[in-house]
Amino acid sequence: MNNYLTDFWQATPIVSLAIFALLTLIVDAAGKDKPVLSYWMSLIGIVVAAGFSVASLGASTPLFNTMLAQGGYSSYCNLIFLGSAFLCIVLSRNYLERLQYHRGEFYVLIILATVGMMLMAAALDLMIIFLGIELMSICLYVLAGFIRKKEKANESSLKYFLLGAFATGFLLYGIALIYGTAGTTNLALIGKSFPQLSHNSLFMIGAGMLIVAFSFKVAAVPFHMWAPDVYEGSPTTISAFMSTGAKAAAFAVFVSVFIRTFDIGGTKLSDVLAIIAAVSMIVGNVTAIAQNNLKRMLAYSSIAHAGYMLSGIAAGNIEGETGILFYLSAYVFMNIGAFGIISWMEQQDDKKLTFDDYAGLSSQHPAVAALMAIFMFSLAGIPPFAGFFGKYYVFLAAVKAGMTWLAIIGVLTSLISVYYYLRLVVLMYFRDGQASIEEKVSAPAMAAISCAALFLIVLGLYPSLVVDIAKGFFKI
Amino acid sequence: MNILTLTIFLPLVGVAALFLFNKENAGAIKLAGFVTTLVVFVVSLYLYFQFDSTHAGFQFQQKAVWIAGLNISYFVGIDGMSLLLILLTTFLTPLALLGTWNSISHRLKEYTMMILLLEVGMIGVFAALDLFLFYIFWEAMLIPMYFIIGIWGGQERIYAAVKFFLFTLFGSLLMLVAILALGYYASTLPGGQFTTNLLDLYSIAPRMALTLQSWMFLAFALSFAIKVPLFPLHTWLPDAHVQAPTAGSVILAGVLLKMGTYGLIRFCLPLFPEAAFRFTPLLGVLAVIGIIYGALVAMVQTDIKKLVAYSSVSHLGFVVLGTFAMTEEGIQGAIIQMINHGLSTGALFLIVGMIYDRAHTRAISDFGGVAKIMPVFAAFFMIFTFSSIGLPGLNGFVGEFLVLLGSFKSTFLGTYAYSAFAASGVILAAVYMLWMYQRVMLGPVREGGMYGGHKLFDLTKREIAALVPIVIFIVWIGVYPGTFLNKSAPVAKKVVQELELVRQGNQVRTAQLRPQPAATLKSDISKNK
Repeated sequence: MNNYLTDFWQATPIVSLAIFALLTLIVDAAGKDKPVLSYWMSLIGIVVAAGFSVASLGASTPLFNTMLAQGGYSSYCNLIFLGSAFLCIVLSRNYLERLQYHRGEFYVLIILATVGMMLMAAALDLMIIFLGIELMSICLYVLAGFIRKKEKANESSLKYFLLGAFATGFLLYGIALIYGTAGTTNLALIGKSFPQLSHNSLFMIGAGMLIVAFSFKVAAVPFHMWAPDVYEGSPTTISAFMSTGAKAAAFAVFVSVFIRTFDIGGTKLSDVLAIIAAVSMIVGNVTAIAQNNLKRMLAYSSIAHAGYMLSGIAAGNIEGETGILFYLSAYVFMNIGAFGIISWMEQQDDKKLTFDDYAGLSSQHPAVAALMAIFMFSLAGIPPFAGFFGKYYVFLAAVKAGMTWLAIIGVLTSLISVYYYLRLVVLMYFRDGQASIEEKVSAPAMAAISCAALFLIVLGLYPSLVVDIAKGFFKI
Repeated sequence: MNILTLTIFLPLVGVAALFLFNKENAGAIKLAGFVTTLVVFVVSLYLYFQFDSTHAGFQFQQKAVWIAGLNISYFVGIDGMSLLLILLTTFLTPLALLGTWNSISHRLKEYTMMILLLEVGMIGVFAALDLFLFYIFWEAMLIPMYFIIGIWGGQERIYAAVKFFLFTLFGSLLMLVAILALGYYASTLPGGQFTTNLLDLYSIAPRMALTLQSWMFLAFALSFAIKVPLFPLHTWLPDAHVQAPTAGSVILAGVLLKMGTYGLIRFCLPLFPEAAFRFTPLLGVLAVIGIIYGALVAMVQTDIKKLVAYSSVSHLGFVVLGTFAMTEEGIQGAIIQMINHGLSTGALFLIVGMIYDRAHTRAISDFGGVAKIMPVFAAFFMIFTFSSIGLPGLNGFVGEFLVLLGSFKSTFLGTYAYSAFAASGVILAAVYMLWMYQRVMLGPVREGGMYGGHKLFDLTKREIAALVPIVIFIVWIGVYPGTFLNKSAPVAKKVVQELELVRQGNQVRTAQLRPQPAATLKSDISKNK
């Protein structure tokens, strides 16, 4: 028992954030109609948890009878989730006030979802993964339908919930099959017997089910159908949160199960993942061209980005793992940035969400247009922005794993993606128009987005900042 | 601080300073841009004077660890070829700004920033000695050029900008995969590790098996061929050149196209020599087709700017032919021809821009007799026309002559047919250039001296100041090319020597293999007898 108490002390990032979530809930219930209070409390909670995460970046220790890892890899992932949650909360305040849906529980749900994400990244046991995924998903189901009087929001929430429940079914079935063949749910023990287990077809079916469930969470083809509708119907800042934080969490699990536990290099699983990656890149990018609604465009683009990152997992080597961590760090900021700017433009009843609404933005709001252009170039993978180096890294991993074909598909589909990302730049800069942001953008939101853009440039020019940290987690 | 690094990043100081300027203050912005580029030029002159021409290696090297995890370093250095191209860049950029002083009034501040950012990219491309760094500069440069065409271009600017961007990116992305594969190949060798260091790869890459080499050669060459542009990948060029604003066209034609030919000499030949031998006929034929096709298409153009744009396709064909002749003369010719084309075509675009600013039309049929109204302009135009044609005594002659000489005696091309056909390009150049000059400048003056509804006036002092330096170098190279050839000679010599070594190695290897079957064949024949 004593032992568990010290474990609680060591798991500070997760524990502190959970405590803050509950406190915020109480405060919100007590002080009626003061959502600003929850806003500040949740921000403080994130900063505290981030502080604990930074402090524990160094070594990784297993806690709670090797159920949970603390420090190292999980701390790094925590920082990605917390960054995503922080930006999302800062952007949400203005947005919700404008839509007249500013409620305190919104922030509580975001924080609880973040706790779920952190559990996922820290999991050393399949049960904890399940716990984390559910905690995150249930919060997100609610958040997706937060604008509850809007039809599309309800549709999006319900769709997400139904398909998500289905994916959970797959996950549990997969865990059951793995438990049945391996006799344990502990990742380290499964990993030890993986060489023998990989010849057991029942185990492989179980692993395949995990791929299905995780692919659903990262929105990879063919499990991507929900993403465009859900991203379109959810509040824009929540789309940002889902497409970055939730996706990052799912990738964290993907990495910890499929690379760190199962040594999938050269196995069938790796081929399956490579095919999913290739199809995601192709379908995501090609479909994105046809979109006129920016949120849908970004949804398809996020499917394509899932494909790029999956090629790192399919490669299954150190470069793949480090590459994904770098890619995620860059992706979180560029995608939230893009969604953030969309949330500034958006008007009630889903107005001002199409490409044409951005015509001539650069003459009215040069700074906003410049930020958006940076995010678009970074998403397209043009140097010197961080998006380029992420792609460089995962393609390098693919080439090293003997999957040059995957890298070639990757670069060719990036070329396609340039077309639709640049379409926005063309509209903002090259066409004349009267696009403008009607309400004034709040200073914190502007500062947050500017920091994200600055981060992309710094990371693009000096990737070692992240690479050196990330590489340290994978020393064998 | 390393003087080369300083040259590369100095324009950024100008960009930073421009942020502080009020965007209404047009005069100060123009001046700041011009002064920055001028300072960069002066600093690059220092490189020129400190350069040791007897030395074939890379000078002013600087190497600093950049991304330790992937063995990527910030590694720059220049040899004679890069020196000349960097000087061309720093020389043309201020002149392009000076020559188009009043052409841009809309969003001037951003425009100046973009030109400066472009300069960073261009110098960086020529100085980078790490493939990753090279790639970053190569691609990053697309962004400012894209904006320059897209925001300040002509009617069809959006189409042209997007086409330019996608075409160039297509090639370079495949090159990226080849760079990754090349680095990975280095790590598979005993004791090797992943590297993108060009100097290391120079000794590693040629050892690859021919098939692998061929694929990588094709990936690199495709990227460079699009940039050159080599027939049939040239279709982006007329759009981009015609739609870009004058300064953009000057830089595009003057410097950006040279990156392709520079890449061929810097990367394709030394890294993949055997594959280069294999594909020499293909590239040689495409180059010759480009020379003739570009000239023929230029001949039928009705728009002066488009005519000059197509003439680039023809002139760059000479550079590629000279490169793949793989003789000292050929490569020397290719290098000097890059400089020549930069000067003469850059100047021609300035000339076209000047007359367009006055008449607001570029259609040849709208002009005639302009020489009587603008005598000074006519004189400059004449010099640049002759330079472009390759009149002896001016720069164009030297380059074309060397290229033809080099390809004539090239054993790699194997036949003089290439030179014979290419030489017809020189004649065709005279046809289209002189015919255009005649229609625009000579003949009777239009009624009332009105062109396109505007009255023409001769060059201003500022415009003359932009053109005179170019004339000086055109004559200098024409009369005494030694100044410049000396700088590039060691590079050409070294490239050719390395290629010869590889070929001799091949011959020895095949010679060792051959005797066996030949002997049996002989005995078979004798038995039959």
